[in-house]
Amino acid sequence: MEKSLDLINARIRDGSARVVTAEEMPAIVDALGEEGALEEVDVVTTGTFGAMCSSGAFFNFGHADPPIRMERVWLNDVEAYAGIAAVDAYLGATQEADTQDRVYGGAHVLEELVAGGTVELRATSHGTDCYPRRSITTDLLLEDMNQAIMLNPRNSYQRYNAATNTTDRTLSTYMGTLLPRCGNVSYSGAGTLSPLANDPNFRVIGSGVPIFLAGAEGMVVGEGTQHSSGGGFGTLMVTGDMKRMRQEFLRAAVMPGYGVTIYVGVGVPIPVLDTGIVRSTAVRDEDILTDVIDYGTPRRDRPSMAKVSYADLRSGSIDIGGEAVRTSSLSSYRRAREVARELKTWVEQGKMELTLPVRRLDPAKRAKPMRETAITPRVRDIMNRQVISIAEDEEIRAAAKRLLRGETNHLPVLAGDGTLVGIITTYDVSKAVVTDGRLRQVKDIMTRQVIKTTPDEPVDIAARKLEQNNISALPVVDATNRVVGILSAIDLGKLFGGRRRR
Amino acid sequence: MKLLLTYSRRGQSDPGRKPVIARIVKETGILVNVEKANIDSTAGEVLIDIPDADADLVRRCLEEMGVAVRVMEDAVTLDEAECVDCGACISICPQEVFSFDDEWRLRVSAARCVLCGKCIRACPHSALSLQG
Repeated sequence: MEKSLDLINARIRDGSARVVTAEEMPAIVDALGEEGALEEVDVVTTGTFGAMCSSGAFFNFGHADPPIRMERVWLNDVEAYAGIAAVDAYLGATQEADTQDRVYGGAHVLEELVAGGTVELRATSHGTDCYPRRSITTDLLLEDMNQAIMLNPRNSYQRYNAATNTTDRTLSTYMGTLLPRCGNVSYSGAGTLSPLANDPNFRVIGSGVPIFLAGAEGMVVGEGTQHSSGGGFGTLMVTGDMKRMRQEFLRAAVMPGYGVTIYVGVGVPIPVLDTGIVRSTAVRDEDILTDVIDYGTPRRDRPSMAKVSYADLRSGSIDIGGEAVRTSSLSSYRRAREVARELKTWVEQGKMELTLPVRRLDPAKRAKPMRETAITPRVRDIMNRQVISIAEDEEIRAAAKRLLRGETNHLPVLAGDGTLVGIITTYDVSKAVVTDGRLRQVKDIMTRQVIKTTPDEPVDIAARKLEQNNISALPVVDATNRVVGILSAIDLGKLFGGRRRR
Repeated sequence: MKLLLTYSRRGQSDPGRKPVIARIVKETGILVNVEKANIDSTAGEVLIDIPDADADLVRRCLEEMGVAVRVMEDAVTLDEAECVDCGACISICPQEVFSFDDEWRLRVSAARCVLCGKCIRACPHSALSLQG
């Protein structure tokens, strides 16, 4: 059996459509079977509410008198992109104000406007014959603008990698605060309620489809940026009228130590046309798998520590290497549910009819990494290969002499087999002399937790290690932990002399 | 009941130079649980947990020794208008103060809080703060 969209819309119009949320669907399919569920259910509503950095809005402010062709535009001191027509601008959610004493950004301005607040518009121009004015400052409400069109280039990820941190220090990331030594796991996404998890083949979610966007009726524009449906990471570009949005579904946020983002509520109604749709909307948290990624690796390709389901993540703790690690969600399941429930009410009350995609999204696309034409400088390009080192059983006196003669402040300490076991500095030697005359050997005073780098490591990452640990040199080791060089803060200066600008 | 004790350690005769907690335990026999202590060269701040019934006595003894005592009633406070029930705080808290109820609403067990402040920094919505 199949069901046509016309039939479903006719039922929506006469108020007889059976609408359920994606959370209710698995149990219905269990009870009635796929054919039974197809007969019973007309529409499944989905929802998600989480941090969606790739969001923002186009504004048209109307013309002032005398008129101005705005070249730079600020809303509450947050710069908006004005490289479009005279009084149009796009304000991105993550753009931060540079004149506020607290972290304040585009997201806060968007929320303020939706909440009915006043926002200060400031703009400058060089002045033209047709637009003579050079600057303007005025206070605006959302209702004062001709258009406030939210256009979010990338929302509603199909699923998202969970995050943990194997390093010894707390990390501040876009996945929130990650405690050291796998102290916690953070994740995002609504699992069973997630719009794209309920249509992973993009059969009914595509361009032109009506959606719930932050409390307003919106629309799917098409595939979102970085859409990578082939790997299970599809995204949507969505739009909606900000004037109809509600603050409870549009909330500014600050990821500590990272920056501004915005929480957006998105829901998509799915017409139940055939048993294929029944099956895909019966997806449970248990069926949606994701990787727990180590954000301690500061590279694009980070290692996976575990494969888990959203059921595991939502249980409150998961297993990583035999230890239970507590989980935190960054998105709100409660609000995701509210989105799906409100959307259900809209459809039940005939406020929203459904549409099939006017253009389908590619279900097998894969996002590419960046093509880099300039070579990223590596540690090997600037490290000092003339390493002066010392054996761990030598006397401190010998170390002192070597430091003096070598005119260096750092001595990597080697074991009998030549591998790196520690490091000592001129400070360590001086301290040993002053505090305790009984200490004799290098191994008594060396630092054993050596912060080190490898020849392949990008210089930016090595520089961050120096900065974060407040040290001035890193031993460079090969795969067998033998010292092949040393990278000092002075070596970093070699980069500034060349063409590379920072 | 949780009491936040603050004292100076500048002078040789300041309370911070003496074993105040040990003396309370020894003299009153009340068991004191030290939940957090932050002591440097000039001042100290200690959070203790004691049975409610003994609070008055402990407080009096401490104040006699020159220690400033503040009763911590609410510990961390949740601003429900700002909270979106995401749960970012849940795994950050070392004391398991936060959890979800059946409706995925954030629940705060304030009595467990030791005022470490980790959740306040971690909350993306600035919904958590300390009292006072």
